[in-house]
Amino acid sequence: MSTTPPTATQADVDAEISAASAAYDAELRAGTAPRTQPRLDYAPYRSSRLRHPTKDLHHADPESIELVAPVFGHRDVAVDEADLTIQDGGEPIGERMVVAGRVVDADGRPVRRQLVEIWQANAAGRYVHKGDQHPAPIDPHFTGVGRCLTDDDGGYRFTTIKPGPYPWRNHHNAWRPAHIHFSVFGSEFTQRMVTQVYFPGDPLLALDPIYQSIVDPRARERLVAAYDHDLTTHEWATGYRWDIVLTGSHATPMEQEDDA
Amino acid sequence: MSHVREQPDQVPVPGQTVGPFYGYALPVAGGEQLVPATHPGAVRLHGTVTDGEGTPVPDSLLEIWQADADGSLPRAEGSLRRGYPFTGFGRAATDGGGSYEFTTVVPGAEPGRAPFVAMTVFARGLLNRLFTRVYLPVDDAALREDPFLAGVPQERRHTLVATADEHGYRFDLRLQGDDETVFLTFPRHEA
Ligand SMILES: [Fe+3]
Repeated sequence: MSTTPPTATQADVDAEISAASAAYDAELRAGTAPRTQPRLDYAPYRSSRLRHPTKDLHHADPESIELVAPVFGHRDVAVDEADLTIQDGGEPIGERMVVAGRVVDADGRPVRRQLVEIWQANAAGRYVHKGDQHPAPIDPHFTGVGRCLTDDDGGYRFTTIKPGPYPWRNHHNAWRPAHIHFSVFGSEFTQRMVTQVYFPGDPLLALDPIYQSIVDPRARERLVAAYDHDLTTHEWATGYRWDIVLTGSHATPMEQEDDA
Repeated sequence: MSHVREQPDQVPVPGQTVGPFYGYALPVAGGEQLVPATHPGAVRLHGTVTDGEGTPVPDSLLEIWQADADGSLPRAEGSLRRGYPFTGFGRAATDGGGSYEFTTVVPGAEPGRAPFVAMTVFARGLLNRLFTRVYLPVDDAALREDPFLAGVPQERRHTLVATADEHGYRFDLRLQGDDETVFLTFPRHEA
């Protein structure tokens, strides 16, 4: 593991982000289709340098096992795991918040009864993870881990605490915008994905190499939850909506109906 | 009602790196054991994840998904709270030396295909998940005749095939470099 102190400044990284953005604009002007996913090779995110494949992904037609997904059920997930504010025998500190939405595929079909997992820092920007060295307090009443199963409409809903931003070592004075990590399964294995959801108006979004690795502005805005006053509850919690669209499945609509 | 609502195509949300701190959230007790070690036919599937300089990757997470030994597609729950119906799903983090290990069974194959275990790779530094397949060397003729493997350039094909060793099967993942593992994209995936 490298222990060299980071020497790049935020200004250096900003310049690299701008250069990548300009290169993408040129790509678009040359007629390339908009990118919807992050670049895997994104120099401003230093640890991507040696961890991205350099060869093109190989096209594969999914086989039977890849056309289905693991089954999770109430054996795996207890209902109260969707509430991160009641897990450790006391109230966590911070802005209580509901994050809710639907998991659908690229054809708009709900992903039913599937597993959604989240993990996040506490209100002070600290993870319970033993590797987190940020000198901010651990909240004894907050683990930052939640799970739920989607309902018959693909809906999910978590009650949690708004996470704080936290420093990391990508470059000097690097800070991650507030985010919640999401792990989502689809109705087939080819739809498996892990991502992060962010919050509107965060000034750190423009500075963050991980968020900016999604070089298309419209694509990266899909990871920003929307404040939703209808999800906000009187004298209890603010509400954010974030809908999760997975890739398209390979099943025909008829097969899906039969399965339902 | 048997109709499907007509809706405009929606654009998938982007992936992001799993980051460094998933370790207390995603791995679960028994996640790497699809069957107990005492199960008849239990095999060890293990290997190391390395980066473009051959350095082990200690902060990656692998998931596998596979058919049962008789080729049937698992439909049982219980991957997060193992009670040992065969669920077909496993999850394992790499250790400090970049190594991982699953205990599972050799999946049955479809007629005319070689048996494989589907695998998804997540890591700090990896901005989106990667898919691959772990083909198991249990039937040389099936490996030779598998239509998917036949379409992979010959000089890269070996990166998709585990090797038998005294413990079971070894499958090393190289995220980058000369011997880079073949990673997959499926129809309906986008750039
Ligand atoms: Fe994080």
